[in-house]
Amino acid sequence: MSMKTSTRQVDGVTIVDCSGRITLGEGSVILRDTVRELLSKGQKKILLNLGEVTYIDSSGIGELVSAFTTVRNQGGELKLLNLTKKVHDLLQITKLYTVFDVRDEEAGAVKAFS
Amino acid sequence: MTELRVSYTLDSTLETVDSAEQTASRIAAESGFDEDVVMQISMAVREAAVNAVLHGNAYDPDKKVKLDFERTGNDLVITIRDQGKGLDLAKIPDPLAPENLMKTSGRGIFLIRSFMDEVQIHPSQTGTEIKLVKHVHGPSGDVKEASQ
Repeated sequence: MSMKTSTRQVDGVTIVDCSGRITLGEGSVILRDTVRELLSKGQKKILLNLGEVTYIDSSGIGELVSAFTTVRNQGGELKLLNLTKKVHDLLQITKLYTVFDVRDEEAGAVKAFS
Repeated sequence: MTELRVSYTLDSTLETVDSAEQTASRIAAESGFDEDVVMQISMAVREAAVNAVLHGNAYDPDKKVKLDFERTGNDLVITIRDQGKGLDLAKIPDPLAPENLMKTSGRGIFLIRSFMDEVQIHPSQTGTEIKLVKHVHGPSGDVKEASQ
């Protein structure tokens, strides 16, 4: 299953529901394009819902880091929501879990944006 | 564990990366590893295949990736070879170092080492060979036989 994203707005926060695989090639490109498009429209409060992401490789991890940095450099915020165990474990072993603001409840995550 | 020896010669394409991952996943599952370990093995093979296709062979259509699976005794041994210039081990960064933490690449070898029991990297001027070993753990050193 390739990567799919859909976006919705909740209280000024753009929630990106991601599903499938964030891997080298199409998956990483779709995530990159989605974030760039949101930033170009001035939507800088981004909550990536990774609850339906089944697989992520080192390229996908790099893309999450890139998205986080790109959004922050433009004065925005990017948070992660609903990590699967696999993604959670990957972020733990790469020491990125504490870099990202990781949330497991959508309403609380939306409120956490400044 | 039933012995097995199978070899693939693959093009330097992104399809090879997916194919290597899927084949590793199937063979690991057939070898009786549990779901989490199957994922670790398939991800390690995917990362090694990415290195071979992108960094080793640099998508060169004249260069191939060779992928071998060998199941002997209590080990699953996977070897991936490319025909590139040879990986410079001294240039592999530590992705956990503070200065590298926010880099967008450089985690592949680290993940491979995290997921496999043994990793041997043999670079040469005619390519890089990476050998990945996963031991079968358990009280008897055995795993359930794969159902066909």
